[in-house]
Amino acid sequence: MIETAFTPLQSLGGGALIGLAAVLLMATMGRIMGATGILAGLIKPAGMLDWSWRAAVLAGMISGPLAVLVLSGNMPAVQVPVSTPMLIVGGFLVGIGVTFGAGCTSGHGVCGMARLSPRSIAATITFMITTGLTVYVIRHVLGA
Amino acid sequence: MRIFISYLIGLVFGVGISISGMANPAKVLNFFDVAGSWDPSLAFVMGGALVVTFIGYRFVLRRPAPLLAESFQLPTRRDLDLPLIGGAAVFGIGWGIAGFCPGGALPALGTGRVEVFIFVAALLGGILAAKALQSIFAQRSPANP
Repeated sequence: MIETAFTPLQSLGGGALIGLAAVLLMATMGRIMGATGILAGLIKPAGMLDWSWRAAVLAGMISGPLAVLVLSGNMPAVQVPVSTPMLIVGGFLVGIGVTFGAGCTSGHGVCGMARLSPRSIAATITFMITTGLTVYVIRHVLGA
Repeated sequence: MRIFISYLIGLVFGVGISISGMANPAKVLNFFDVAGSWDPSLAFVMGGALVVTFIGYRFVLRRPAPLLAESFQLPTRRDLDLPLIGGAAVFGIGWGIAGFCPGGALPALGTGRVEVFIFVAALLGGILAAKALQSIFAQRSPANP
């Protein structure tokens, strides 16, 4: 377990930028800003035009930490308090879940909730509960 | 033009994720660890993102069409079904185990950390496995494509 500092201002500002990106993608491309949808469309492209804007969004996302490094002089912190097997099992389950659930924190949690979509609200409540329960079980029942 | 704009939008998202702490599994897991080392920061990420998107969408979706595409591509389903809820539940379990969600992990690739690449490789494996399962289910129930 790694203690992390409470950062309300950075988190609020970062969240506002996430929202701004979602609004801009809808205004220009007419699309939901969902990491799952962007990634799924890259794996199974519906044509070259469809693939190219998704690849460009992904390239932009990956440039994000580098832009922060240039602007602030510090690479954003990535502290991983879990083992490699947990990363692999967790990543695989996330992939299964977001595919059947048709979205993740960005698609359902931000864009869908902002549209007051009943499916997104139900999905977001569900994954927030199971994430919380999983963290509780791992840290306080299994004591990892 | 579409490519350049898309890149810039991805960049805004990636910077937002980086600043907010969503790319940092320690911070994400601490948000959910109310009984332990609780860090409520992520509520502010969600709050900031939701307020901006909620207000922004109200203006954008009033327009007849997006600027660089023919029409808005919005999900239309409103029913709740087992794949949605079951999928969301499994996603949450995976998120709680690994600490990365897709929107946090993709920008985090830019830090070059090997853990992020391991997670994203497993994520892609899970997506491909789920798509294979979905096509098997679809073949078994042709009446319900």
